[in-house]
Amino acid sequence: MGNSIEVKDLTLNFGSISVLKNMNLDVAEGEFVVLLGPSGCGKSTLLNCLAGLLDITDGQIWIKGKNVTWAEPSERGIGMVFQSYALYPQMTVRGNLSFGLKNAKVPQAEIDKRIARAAEILQIQPLLDRKPAALSGGQRQRVAIGRALVRDVDVFLFDEPLSNLDAKLRSELRVEIKRLHNQLGNTMVYVTHDQIEALTLADRIAVMKGGVIQQLAEPLEIYNRPSNLFVAGFIGSPSMNFLKGRTVEGGRAFQFGATKIDLAGYDGGAVLERDQAILGVRPEHITVSTSPLSGPSIPAEVEIDEHLGADSLLWLKAEGANLSVRVPVEGRLPPGTKVHLGLDIPKASLFDAKTEQRI
Amino acid sequence: MADASMTRSAAMAGPRGAKPRKTLSPRNIMLYGTLIVVCLYYLLPLWVMVMTSLKGMPEVRLGNIFSPPVEFTFQPWVKAWKEACTGLNCDGLSRGFWNSVIITVPSVVLSIAIASVNGYALINWRFKGSDIFFTILIFGSFIPYQIMLYPIVILLREAGIYGTLWGLVIVHTIFGMPILTLLFRNYFSAIPEELFKAARVDGAGFWGIYFRIMLPMSLPIFVVALILQVTGIWNDFLFGVVFTKPDLYPMTVQLNNIVNSVQGVKEYNVNMAATLLTGLVPLVVYFVSGKLFVRGIAAGAVKG
Repeated sequence: MGNSIEVKDLTLNFGSISVLKNMNLDVAEGEFVVLLGPSGCGKSTLLNCLAGLLDITDGQIWIKGKNVTWAEPSERGIGMVFQSYALYPQMTVRGNLSFGLKNAKVPQAEIDKRIARAAEILQIQPLLDRKPAALSGGQRQRVAIGRALVRDVDVFLFDEPLSNLDAKLRSELRVEIKRLHNQLGNTMVYVTHDQIEALTLADRIAVMKGGVIQQLAEPLEIYNRPSNLFVAGFIGSPSMNFLKGRTVEGGRAFQFGATKIDLAGYDGGAVLERDQAILGVRPEHITVSTSPLSGPSIPAEVEIDEHLGADSLLWLKAEGANLSVRVPVEGRLPPGTKVHLGLDIPKASLFDAKTEQRI
Repeated sequence: MADASMTRSAAMAGPRGAKPRKTLSPRNIMLYGTLIVVCLYYLLPLWVMVMTSLKGMPEVRLGNIFSPPVEFTFQPWVKAWKEACTGLNCDGLSRGFWNSVIITVPSVVLSIAIASVNGYALINWRFKGSDIFFTILIFGSFIPYQIMLYPIVILLREAGIYGTLWGLVIVHTIFGMPILTLLFRNYFSAIPEELFKAARVDGAGFWGIYFRIMLPMSLPIFVVALILQVTGIWNDFLFGVVFTKPDLYPMTVQLNNIVNSVQGVKEYNVNMAATLLTGLVPLVVYFVSGKLFVRGIAAGAVKG
């Protein structure tokens, strides 16, 4: 399988402001790539560049083996779905779906065929003669997806398509987009700031910040082995606990306050001795015990306990740092309880505090 | 049990439900009093004009300007339309009316067509220097017309269209440009950019997006522009008198000439009728499209 999209050394400047910096990204045929990042990280900008809606400053964009760097949006073989749906309000659903095809001078019989197929896949047949104003948010977004679908293109671009929907609809449509991807096998590039969407939908996630891709990897890899502090803190809710300390004994242990934590089993590179290191542990990778543990354990005190339904969150104070720990409902402890914490080192991440990179 | 019902009824004894409003509150008296005074202030002149225009000259001379006519006559209206004299011409306002129509229609159509495309291009197809272009355009609307009169006379003369209706149409079109462009630009800026992007992905070009996406969504602002231009150009006096010849004078100029003629008796009834006739067109336009006008102004105001 070849690459469906290739971004080569893409740079975009708005005046003196550099928005995308020398970016490289390959998306394989049929792959679902999610661009994830906080507001202003350049993820939507990158998508607009792929679509041809923004002129880039330098670099190249290839789609399906064709250099489309200077091509018009309609010539790139892409379909795009927008956050605000962007349906033409004065046209019916059918008119919305056929607008692009009519511009491309597709014969009417073919237009009807494609609309029928898209309407069937998205189950919007009863809505075809309605105006967008008479549709609900979820229906509108389906039509917007349909508009990309009828174009019969290889690449779908989604620009935060679910952000305007309420939580319940969002999860429904999320599953539907995943199903659509399985069914059609198109290449999809999907922009979101919602990490749940990213983790559930993506074959690979590109976490972006400041116009640079921080890490491009499969969701679990990103979750379990974040390549730097930013990715570690951005992914996961509540976010990863960061313990500031230093590595000692030639890198075999981590000194956190008065506690020395054995790093045996750490999944990473050579730890060495560093005076400034950060140990990142996810809330579910900490065990809480009221009695001292057999190995080295961190003394802590419960500050707040939060009931989440399926499980609970304990907010603790240990050596001056605030930590969150996910515990089963029956493991809840009242505030003020003195506890001992054990860390699951093989699942933890260790960062150099100066470079902020994973060790 | 009895205790509970007792406490409840005691609690319910106080004020309950919607708060009563007095019709004759000081606030209402102030509000409606002011409104009535203002209405009278604006309606009285109209009343005087209409009444005077329906009287014969003998009755006008009696001087009771507020009283309704004893004898109704439409003669002044007929005279104003067909027979009133300006200089040597005695064919009334009708000629001026048709001149005004011939001036107004193409000016309105041209200026709105150009300004709407301007506004659309300035918002959606930004080019290098588009902001500066827009600033200069808006700046143009702050320069008093009088400064530009003479240069324009020379320009029109050199172009060979001085004194023609088309010369005046061009002047009106140009002078409508700043405010109309601003109006359209602001209205189009409130249309979500994603709609424009979607249309581009769908392969629509500059004109395709303008005619098939933007135009159908912008009816209210076109009505606003229409009203502004029709009333503005219809009521124009200065350009009409400067850039045309007596044969082509618009209605306003002719009205002035009728009312201000120094020879003979001042026929107040005819003058009133002529004035009302001249004001009729903008008035009708307001009444017909007033609702859309307000909607368009408001729509543009939300985001500017």
